[in-house]
Amino acid sequence: MSAPIIELRGVTRTYGSPPTTALAGIDLVIEEGEMLAIVGTSGSGKSTMLNIIGSLDQASSGEAYIAGHDLATLDDAQLSALRAHTIGFIFQQFHLSDGVSALDNVATGLLYTGIPPRERKERAEVALKRVGLGHRMGHHPRQLSGGERQRVAIARAVVGNPRLILADEPTGSLDTASGAEVVAILRELNAAGTAVVVITHDNELAQQMPRQVRISDGQILADQRKEASWAS
Amino acid sequence: MGQLKRSKLRSGDLLSLGFHGLRARPMRAVLSSLGIAIGIAAMIAVIGISTSSQALVKEKLSVLGTNMLTVSGGTDMLGQDVDLPKESVANIRRIPGVEHVGSIGAIDGVNIYRNDQIDASRTGGLSVAVADGDLLTATGANLMHGSWFNEATSKFPTTVLGRTTAERLGIQRAGSMVWLGGQQFTVVGILDSTPLAPELDSVALVGEPIARDLLGYTGTPTMIFERSSEERVAAVRELLPPTINPQAPTSVKVSRPSDALAAKNTVDQAFTGLLVGVGSIALLVGGIGVANTMVISVLERRSEIGLRRALGATRRHIRLQFLFEAMLLSALGGLAGTLLGWLVTAIAARSNGWAVSIPPAVLFAGVLVTIAVGALAGVLPAVRASRTAPTAALASA
Repeated sequence: MSAPIIELRGVTRTYGSPPTTALAGIDLVIEEGEMLAIVGTSGSGKSTMLNIIGSLDQASSGEAYIAGHDLATLDDAQLSALRAHTIGFIFQQFHLSDGVSALDNVATGLLYTGIPPRERKERAEVALKRVGLGHRMGHHPRQLSGGERQRVAIARAVVGNPRLILADEPTGSLDTASGAEVVAILRELNAAGTAVVVITHDNELAQQMPRQVRISDGQILADQRKEASWAS
Repeated sequence: MGQLKRSKLRSGDLLSLGFHGLRARPMRAVLSSLGIAIGIAAMIAVIGISTSSQALVKEKLSVLGTNMLTVSGGTDMLGQDVDLPKESVANIRRIPGVEHVGSIGAIDGVNIYRNDQIDASRTGGLSVAVADGDLLTATGANLMHGSWFNEATSKFPTTVLGRTTAERLGIQRAGSMVWLGGQQFTVVGILDSTPLAPELDSVALVGEPIARDLLGYTGTPTMIFERSSEERVAAVRELLPPTINPQAPTSVKVSRPSDALAAKNTVDQAFTGLLVGVGSIALLVGGIGVANTMVISVLERRSEIGLRRALGATRRHIRLQFLFEAMLLSALGGLAGTLLGWLVTAIAARSNGWAVSIPPAVLFAGVLVTIAVGALAGVLPAVRASRTAPTAALASA
């Protein structure tokens, strides 16, 4: 078994004063190439989980490792480097830039890696074809459907070949058909070796994942794996 | 585990990020850089107009020379007018360094009219004076038409008119007749205007012999024009009063007409300082406008900042992006303002007949100053942007 991509040990996160607890002692290991859903209702602490796993936020106590790096010991530049090279984010609201084409939006995923613009575009083209949008490269986000927009966002997340993809309610703004497409793409990415973590409140979506981590009130209630016959 | 690869933003990408930020809201960019543009345009126009006009005065001075002194009679201790002695011109010639001396002697009670039909009281503010010595060389006066007196014409009723005189009498060329001292005089020449000796503009000059014969001239000069070598001017100035009137040197007035022109420049400079001050206030206000725009922009673009942080931008990258955008914003204003300032200068120069003369360093400094203003204005918003927590920024969308 390879080194875990994510390892959380006794992670807590409290906000403000008087302190409100978002996470109350989380232990979680996510292996390289795994696919799982973190499921919980709103206020359960799943967004805080996402932020800590994505190195956007620091734990109040406990230890958090991403790809073997202890997050508490990294400075801002190192955390940013980790995000630039190791993690790809997908958001419910897509966060695409309206003023530029799908291709340029995807190329933005490589902006902070120091790769020259021409190579960024070439790799963006490959990534867009990978999500089935080879015919939409010059379109602007406004000209695309919701499902297509989310696929552009996925292409942007994977264009740097990250080892981990964090998807925050990736189907939350989409209709059923588009949502199914997005899930299919995420599965393909996982099959290619990328670890995929989907954060959602949607049980139905979670059921489609080989592993489900249920959280409530900042604690893990259940960590279930099902025999993933399709993943072999 | 291994070493972490660093986040890196290429400088070319930083450049296009800045442009992209401005392009997203062109109207706002134009309006907020307008303040900067007006400030810098005002400063450049003020400096440009004053240097252009100074260039003209300098050019004039170098053509006219600063080595001419004017001597006239002053007043004695009791306030009585004191005439210059008759032998003044001859005495001045003996001062070492004096090169040319000329004089005019006004003839009281003699006036010039277009013809004998004009009422005697309508003198038109013109006077009649005797020209003596090298008046033309000493004053630097030039003839516009006709010729100067010679041995012959100075003995006959002929006159050379100053420019204003000719204009008031409506005379355009030599050969016309005028009514002077109750006689017909022939105009033999018309002078161009003489900046260092404006007295010549409104007189009608006559030769010394004819003035003695016909007009009762006694030989007393009223104003003497003296030109010496440049390095002797100060010394000659000291020597003139005692040479002309040893008994009462204080009753001789000596002046240097080029000083008045040079003084005009100094006044201009003081005025320029004031206007540049006003311009820099406009620039300051413009800078505050840019800062304000950037602060608003940072608030509006929280989700963009969050996304960029998620994509791997460091705080420094975010700071640089917004700082650069602010600098670009005011640099655009600076360029537009420089152009506008140049244009205003060109229009002002053209309407005054000057050559446009703005030191290139001023244009260059203008753009540099605006970039510096932008950098200053951008610091606070940029720091705020870089401190925006990525989590809060992503949640707010």
